[in-house]
Amino acid sequence: MDHLEQLENKSIYILREAYANFKNLCMLWSIGKDSTVLLWLARKAFFSHVPIPLVHIDTAYKIPEMIEYRDKLAMEWSLTMIYGQNEEALKAKRTFPDGNADRITCCRLLKTEALVNTLNGAGKRYRLNLETGKYEVDTNTEPYTGVIVGARADEEGSRSKERYFSPRDQESIWDIGDQPPEFWNQYKTDFAPGTHVRVHPLLDWTELNIWEYIKRENIPTVSLYYNQGEGKRYRSLGCYPCTFPVESDAQNVDEIIEELKTGKFANIAERSGRAQDKDDGGGLETLRRDGYM
Amino acid sequence: MKEQMNIVIAGHVDHGKSTIIGRMLADTKSLPEGKLEQVKANCKLNSKPFEYAFLLDALKDEQAQGITIDSARVFFKTEKRHYIIIDAPGHIEFLKNMVSGASRAEAGLLVIDAYEGIQENSRRHGYMLSMLGIKQIAILVNKMDLVNYDPKVYDAIVKEYREFLAKIDVEPKCFIPVSGREGDNITSSINHMDWYQGDCLLDILDDFEKEKPDFKKPFRFPVQDVYKFTNKKDDRRIVAGNVESGSIKVGTEVVFYPSGKRSRIKSIEGFNIDPKDTAYVGESAGFTLEEQIYVTRGDIMTNAAEIKPEVARRLRLNLFWMGKEPFVKNKDYFLKVGTTKVRCRLEEIHRLINASDLNSIQSEQVNRHDVAECTLQLNKAIAFDTVDQIATTSRFVIVDDYEIVGGGIIKEPLEDKLAWVRDKVILRNYKWEKSIITEDQRAEKYNQKSVMIILTGPQKVGKKEVAKSLEANLFNDGKWVYFLGIGNVLYGVDADIKKQDNAENRQEHLRRLSEVGHLLLDSGMILIVTAVELTQDDLEIIKTTIHPDKIKVVWVGDELTTDVSFDAKVPGLMDVDESVVKLKTILQDNGFIYKPW
Repeated sequence: MDHLEQLENKSIYILREAYANFKNLCMLWSIGKDSTVLLWLARKAFFSHVPIPLVHIDTAYKIPEMIEYRDKLAMEWSLTMIYGQNEEALKAKRTFPDGNADRITCCRLLKTEALVNTLNGAGKRYRLNLETGKYEVDTNTEPYTGVIVGARADEEGSRSKERYFSPRDQESIWDIGDQPPEFWNQYKTDFAPGTHVRVHPLLDWTELNIWEYIKRENIPTVSLYYNQGEGKRYRSLGCYPCTFPVESDAQNVDEIIEELKTGKFANIAERSGRAQDKDDGGGLETLRRDGYM
Repeated sequence: MKEQMNIVIAGHVDHGKSTIIGRMLADTKSLPEGKLEQVKANCKLNSKPFEYAFLLDALKDEQAQGITIDSARVFFKTEKRHYIIIDAPGHIEFLKNMVSGASRAEAGLLVIDAYEGIQENSRRHGYMLSMLGIKQIAILVNKMDLVNYDPKVYDAIVKEYREFLAKIDVEPKCFIPVSGREGDNITSSINHMDWYQGDCLLDILDDFEKEKPDFKKPFRFPVQDVYKFTNKKDDRRIVAGNVESGSIKVGTEVVFYPSGKRSRIKSIEGFNIDPKDTAYVGESAGFTLEEQIYVTRGDIMTNAAEIKPEVARRLRLNLFWMGKEPFVKNKDYFLKVGTTKVRCRLEEIHRLINASDLNSIQSEQVNRHDVAECTLQLNKAIAFDTVDQIATTSRFVIVDDYEIVGGGIIKEPLEDKLAWVRDKVILRNYKWEKSIITEDQRAEKYNQKSVMIILTGPQKVGKKEVAKSLEANLFNDGKWVYFLGIGNVLYGVDADIKKQDNAENRQEHLRRLSEVGHLLLDSGMILIVTAVELTQDDLEIIKTTIHPDKIKVVWVGDELTTDVSFDAKVPGLMDVDESVVKLKTILQDNGFIYKPW
């Protein structure tokens, strides 16, 4: 069994543990390569089915290709697709692109707050009707008690301290100093009412592993990851006002893998195109403590 | 693709783990571009001397406290392979983090400060690594620069620590004298110590061997779940889990434990995979079975031709405790072994081993950070292996108040008073001649799931009245239902044993009642049984004979006269109608019969 197969098997095990133990479970799908690999792993774990709702936080500033791709796959794979957003902040124009908030505040409002409220059911959830292809307000407002997330330990410092099953309290706060033990294949699958657990099946994967798996499995990805002839591609996807493409000639998965292995990105952090990381002196930790993914 | 190996680095607080890793990253040029310069500049800014350990302090919290609070992971590679170095905290308060980090490792580095010598956690971590199942361990005697690279200091530590390891049956791979600060013996053997002839750390890492999977061990497959996803017209019923040991081929006869039920592997399922006929250890697999049998999460699927797992409800085990509250008697905990989760109690502490010096102590409780050998009592039998047979299926954790508070390995199964009943049940299941009609088909046909409702309570509270009234009510709804008073088996089925005047006869009487019940439940029926003042011990016999999922116990009347644990209480004679309504609601809420609203 090679390393990629080992990673795959462990992730599948974790997904099934989550499914067996949490009644109200959802999976975050950012449309990026990591959470798309996660979605693919769910199809592996559940033999082509995805019995877990997928939640996307739509900041309204996502690159349009991302939304198109999301809805296309949702229809094709019969996904239970849910999205939520911070309608209040958007209405009041309290955003960075509107000039009324700095990047970090904008992230907190459009991502963290929207996410927390979509998960706890306080905010509106829109659900894709697979018959009509249109989104409708979801009648289910029960809080999700298990949230599967595609975070990887190698992304940046704070994520390297995550557990596979990581508890968050009522306020979604992450207590890094006092995390539950996790050993062998036993995880924290018991939780007190009001708290929820974040599940991280991709914790041991690297950016390179992700691309190698995309190649092996032939997983469909958004075109934004590839150079379309302008010498630029996105290495990490986010909102268009704050995410910038990197200079790269890589036009397909093979070229991206080559670039990551030997090329100029071998020693440069993946999130270097994300402006909000630089505005927060402590990396993403401050945001993550408050519930950012 | 290069192979990958997880290495844990452990040891007492401040013995220099982070410095060693920092040095290794810097000297092998494994740091992200500009990181070293950035950290150095930061130190200058705050006018403090640069230390290699700072490279690892990814979190603000950590820098403030100056100790590793969690197991940080560091990526690093050599010509031979990729490494993930897991930096386990040395502070005793963070033992649970150390354990979390260490359990992911295939090999371990244990750091001992040459100047300070062997400390409490040097020993404790050594013991924990061995308990967690890490077989390859190298000991780094660090800070040799502080003892003037004196071989005598080094030799003394090697001797003392080797003796300690021998007591816990650990044979270390090697000892290396190093200095993280000065870089001696980290990535090169050229150093201040000509008296040391061995390899440097980097070479030792590459010398660790990947553990090869042993396909010859008995097949063990703890069931994670049974899936039947009906959308897209999928009619597969898939038993899912991870192969923890051995391998299995399509067509092999399999036995599930603790029940003893048999079937045969029909196919190996997967999404986006090539068809295959064998599943091996390490694979998260899925199987369909030839004959449909009742299988649930927590069962272990085994190869009928191979050695059986143990089935028991009393276990002797070694455990380490991490809970804030001590492990005590007369309190309920949960035990998790593989995918099984069962309620348990501490029966006896045989000895408490002080992990740091291995002395045994008598005690009535196991305190935080203690290691103990004890006996546990479970509220039902589970399947497992002992640690000397198959390590992966002998490992357990204990859960208290939603938290994992302890972990360890099962040493041996112990006798219990229900073993005689269980043995009969396992044999009965094993020998069972299966019908071609499945349980699911019966449930669909009769529009109900089979269940045994046991009404118990004092004499003359209306048990039979309620039972018969419920039977009539369900019968009128078109359900397939039957009332069975306990006396109805006494003179026929039990004709050969005397009246229930002694304990032994009473137990056999209950076992036979349960076996009759089992037959009727297997036929898809809803069975209503009445029995006077059932005790918890009585109920245990029934639950050993019939799957506990198929039993609902109801207490009739106001006065509680036994210790039996029940699912509901009804008034009985005082209000028969209300009793019946309540019982129907229980059946509906648990999905045994349809809930029309």
